[in-house]
Amino acid sequence: MHFAIETQNLCRIYKIRGGKKTEPKELLALEDVNLQIRHGELFGLLGPNGAGKTTLIKILTTLLAPTSGSAIVAGFDVVKNPEKVRPRINMVSGGESSGYGLLTVRENLWMFSQFYGIPSNIANQRIKQLLDIVGLSDRINSKSSDLSTGLRQKMNVVRGFLTDPDVLFLDEPTLGLDVGASREIRHFIRKWIDDDQTRTLLLTTHYMVEADELCDRVAIINQGRVLACDTPATLKHRLQGEAIYRMEVSPLNGTNLQDFESIAGVHKVTHRAQDGFSILELILAQDDVISSVVNTMTAGNIHILNLQKREPTLEDVFVDLVGKSIEEMESDADIEST
Amino acid sequence: MTPISRVHKNQGVKLFIQTVIARAYPRLIGQQREKSWMFFDIVLPLLSVSAYVFIYRAINAPEDYIGFVIIGGAMTAFWMNVLWSMSSQLYWEKEQGNLALYILAPNSMMAILLGMALGGMAATTLRAAVIMIIGSWIFNVHYAVVSFSQLFLVFLLAMVALYGLGMMSSSVYLLLSREAWHISNLAQEPIYLVSGFYFPIKNFNFWIAAGASLIPLTLGLDAMRQLVFTTGASLGFLSVPIELGILSILCILFLVGSRYLIGYMEKLAIREGRLTESRR
Repeated sequence: MHFAIETQNLCRIYKIRGGKKTEPKELLALEDVNLQIRHGELFGLLGPNGAGKTTLIKILTTLLAPTSGSAIVAGFDVVKNPEKVRPRINMVSGGESSGYGLLTVRENLWMFSQFYGIPSNIANQRIKQLLDIVGLSDRINSKSSDLSTGLRQKMNVVRGFLTDPDVLFLDEPTLGLDVGASREIRHFIRKWIDDDQTRTLLLTTHYMVEADELCDRVAIINQGRVLACDTPATLKHRLQGEAIYRMEVSPLNGTNLQDFESIAGVHKVTHRAQDGFSILELILAQDDVISSVVNTMTAGNIHILNLQKREPTLEDVFVDLVGKSIEEMESDADIEST
Repeated sequence: MTPISRVHKNQGVKLFIQTVIARAYPRLIGQQREKSWMFFDIVLPLLSVSAYVFIYRAINAPEDYIGFVIIGGAMTAFWMNVLWSMSSQLYWEKEQGNLALYILAPNSMMAILLGMALGGMAATTLRAAVIMIIGSWIFNVHYAVVSFSQLFLVFLLAMVALYGLGMMSSSVYLLLSREAWHISNLAQEPIYLVSGFYFPIKNFNFWIAAGASLIPLTLGLDAMRQLVFTTGASLGFLSVPIELGILSILCILFLVGSRYLIGYMEKLAIREGRLTESRR
């Protein structure tokens, strides 16, 4: 067995039904996804909402059939041998409300452990150990309906690790959590991988910092296609020759971003409106291009409030590949859906 | 910090039994934690039972009819449990996000369904027993059991067939989604009528009674009444051995049907990706 997860030309098309008389529309969720994830690797899938991350996880966890292509998880084909894959995997999704509110934390976790055949006494020992690690042991006998979102998500994360999977899938595990809870969960995830190098973890996130901090390798995915796949350091190194600037300026008030993008040497510009000012992130061919940007701003009567040169981040890599930041893409998607 | 160690996992029959017990657990424990069932599942049904008892007493019906009503009232608890809890359970599990975790786990979905059924059955048996004991005490019902072994067999087969029907319909309800609620609403009262919860179905035309016999409680109730009341045999629809035979066939039919349907539902879920996604 060479890889913990391997996909070849994986495609998934959803058929979306319209009215009774209309033909179903097709939505391409995944297109020719080829990934090879090694044993012991903490692998990140980074992309905006709707990029295809959850679809990919569903296929890899045997919950969804691919339209074409193949996927091998823990040595077995997910379509041909799902019964061989399932004992070796588990999955936790961010914001899930699984289990039963009437049951305590311990009872919910015990119930799920039984579905994987873990002997009851061992399950109870592991529950105590894992709850202790995530700092939830004082709530072991609380009803899960009494837990806050953060505590509930910690319980869900424990559920995933409790069954000792060879390959664990975490779909946005820190979604909606506060900074402290997110940090604790990230710390726990890293420890789990470091404790045993035969374990593999695939994590989806749209938090760049999370991917950068946690993952050994990252695949950037957008509109169902993998655009790049490498270590965070190597991905960021792609932009090493370029100059990255962050500017806080007076509100753009109708100034077109294309005015900046048309300046020779400006590769990418992203814009975020804040309360009373705007933030521009610029990827430039080299440092001296910034003077042309400043001149354009002066001509457009835009005041520069702050100018900062910084090291490239995964966010910059994403912008470089896609042309927009994840935040911009999700904001555009929200506008389209309203 | 202690490393998180690897762990041995059971497979096969052991896994199946563990799954059944684990899935039955929330139903059993839920009853202890939500005491409101004592009012909704015992006091309210006893009120309906009382209404029929007073009607029968007012028209001077044979005294065994009072017992018929008490047994019918007790068995209604099982029907309500199957109709509202068992049948709609998978749909509710889907909405909660549990269904995906059930499919993803290495257990059999039949073990999940069986756990739901056994948990529901055990919890409801307590409710039914309380209704029967209190009803019999209040209305002074006398039983004359012909054969305890046959009575136990009838009850057992009726339960297996009824919960088999529930297991089967849980997959159907899942496919129908929200429409299922309307079907339950639509089915509740007519089935009260044709199943003879409060009177012997012999009063019906043969073919109506035969059609109603597809609901396992119809024949179960009829046979139980024949076995515990002196006038029961004369008011029975079919003889007890025939009813036992039909109930056995229904057990096989519904259990096989539930296995086929849960397999179909799982395949459909994986093919279309809809049934495990509550938000889609």
